[in-house]
Amino acid sequence: MRDIDRRTTVSRRVFLRTTAAAPAAASLAVGIGISADAAWAADAKNLTPHVMATLVKVARDLFPHDNLADKFYITACAGYDALAADAGKKKLLTDGVAELDKAATAKFKEANYLAVNWEADRVSLLHGIEHTPFFAKIRGDLVVTLYNQKDLWPKFGYEGASADKGGYINRGFSDIDWLPTA
Amino acid sequence: MAKFDLTDDTVVCIIGSGAGGGTLGNELAQRGIKVVILEAGGRYETQDFINDEWDSFTQLAWKDMRTTSGSWRVAHDFANLPAWIVKAVGGSTVHWAGASLRFQEHEFKTRTTYGALPGANLADWPITLAELEPYYTKAEFKMGVTGTNGIPRLPGNNNYKVLAAGAQKLGYKEFHSGNMAINSEPRDGRGACQQIGFCFQGCKSGAKWSTLVSEIPKGEATGNMEVRPKSMVLKIEHDAAGKVTGVVYIDDKGTTQRQKARVVAVAGNSIESPRLLLNSASSKYPDGLANSSGQVGRNYMRHMTGSVYATFEKPVHMYRGTTMAGIIRDEAHNNTKRGFVGGYEMETLSLGVPFMAAFLDPGAWGRSFTSAMDDYPNMAGMWLVGEDMARETNRVTLDKTAKDANGLAVASVHFDDHPNDIAMRNHGYAQGAAVYQSVGATRVFNTTPYPSTHNMGTNRMSEKPRDGVVNKFGQTHDIKNLFVSDGSQFTSGAACNPTLTIVSLAIRQAENMAGMMQRKEI
Repeated sequence: MRDIDRRTTVSRRVFLRTTAAAPAAASLAVGIGISADAAWAADAKNLTPHVMATLVKVARDLFPHDNLADKFYITACAGYDALAADAGKKKLLTDGVAELDKAATAKFKEANYLAVNWEADRVSLLHGIEHTPFFAKIRGDLVVTLYNQKDLWPKFGYEGASADKGGYINRGFSDIDWLPTA
Repeated sequence: MAKFDLTDDTVVCIIGSGAGGGTLGNELAQRGIKVVILEAGGRYETQDFINDEWDSFTQLAWKDMRTTSGSWRVAHDFANLPAWIVKAVGGSTVHWAGASLRFQEHEFKTRTTYGALPGANLADWPITLAELEPYYTKAEFKMGVTGTNGIPRLPGNNNYKVLAAGAQKLGYKEFHSGNMAINSEPRDGRGACQQIGFCFQGCKSGAKWSTLVSEIPKGEATGNMEVRPKSMVLKIEHDAAGKVTGVVYIDDKGTTQRQKARVVAVAGNSIESPRLLLNSASSKYPDGLANSSGQVGRNYMRHMTGSVYATFEKPVHMYRGTTMAGIIRDEAHNNTKRGFVGGYEMETLSLGVPFMAAFLDPGAWGRSFTSAMDDYPNMAGMWLVGEDMARETNRVTLDKTAKDANGLAVASVHFDDHPNDIAMRNHGYAQGAAVYQSVGATRVFNTTPYPSTHNMGTNRMSEKPRDGVVNKFGQTHDIKNLFVSDGSQFTSGAACNPTLTIVSLAIRQAENMAGMMQRKEI
């Protein structure tokens, strides 16, 4: 049966076009890791680099896919800086991160959320804020902004639009070959 | 194309252009009757549709604010989106999957067959299967339903092959690629299915029947039918004697207009239709139009739904090909030995990655959820569609505070599952899991019902005026020249997808309405 190549084959042109709101620096993020020192975090205008970096880390902790590079999570969070032009939204995001940082110190004696090493420990902090408006906002946003990235779909074996390719009538709609026969 | 004057009081004014309104309009136009269809949404043609779940949702979905209450999980997860239906010319036939099944005989007689179920408000339809059969035949021919009229069934896709292999292992007898209003070969000026896989996003090949590609252009070609898109009806008006005289609506330029009419037919789907009747309250009808029974908005049904997804060791690619061309019918019969009345269908279903993330387990996060997404290509899926029990308290009302852009109260949808619905769903989850486990599923997911796609029952048919809103022809008990033409007429929901029955009722209604007009009864 026709399977699809799930390795990353990002076209830079497509990537930039589909993430108009994302800082171009996101494409340079490979190898830097999620840190306030990264260019994509430092470029934020309304949020501090620390808040941006924490949101991206939270995004990965909420929806961890080990085969996805950081840039997908950076792109998923890119809209938050523009959103924070609104004072109320800025406060929601900034206070939410501050609460997570405070919990990291109280529970794990670390400087902040980003400094907590193990995912399971960070997840325990997220469980602690699960019923807050901040959590509802970012979880609800990210489940769309992460999984709705077209260049991420091949990583999940999903091919997206098909009408422009003539549908699947000649491209494997019924090519399954491993089912037991009666 | 016809254009009728706002003051022309000889027209039949139909509100909504979906399965009910679009079909009724064409059937009347073919008989030489002048028809004005007011459609709240815009007009998007086949080439305008988008093979992208969220972009298409933005283009087609009814997103105007609604509110929710009750114990159903939708009220928590999607508080302002009780239903996933369409606001566009063609209504929800643009988005429907094409499954076209007839009711079973006992499903017209639920009160008689199931008895006085506590907590339910069951009633028999004032019509029987035998009375509707000739219209089912006409509807199947009109829509080109596979497996009827000598039309071959669609080829099964990968998702169907998994379902069928499991059905066979389990000893189920009745399973096939469905009775689908999707061309398996060119027919009626439209081509054959290209297995595109975006059936819910508007069919880009035109193979799927919708009122947009069939009834509406045919009706317009007669010169007797005018469709006005982006025309949101606010109120139905009546005279001192109580007869309806026309409707007030906002046109595509935002101007308030008044269309006069000889007859008004409401076909805005089971949430907007009762909302409009309630919002049309007057000093003569203080509880809303056609509501002397107090049943307008009540008995809201949405089917016992739920989905079962399963992952396997090897790829399935369930998203390739016709979304719902696959069915197991063995559980559709009424067999109370299972611990519930009524039955359910198991139908293939797939979602793309964006919607799977949003709907597999709404609100979920963490590795249990993301590991399921990692196995997306190895996933197969089915939808459970079963009969839910009418309850007086499951109800569309006017929200006490929330208003729309025109200052009118929005619809509020309250729903609680009946214990019978829950027992049936649990049975369906177990049988769905068994189907997939029999062919090697490594993990099975019980997915909670999505925002409702099948909305029924809020202006139901009844023999006696005190038990419902409309008579056996969809004519309101209270007002002779006011009709209901959509799924809100349903007295019961049956185990199957509602569109074929809505279309059959609309064909029958047109025939009877034309007769009443000719005899000057209306």
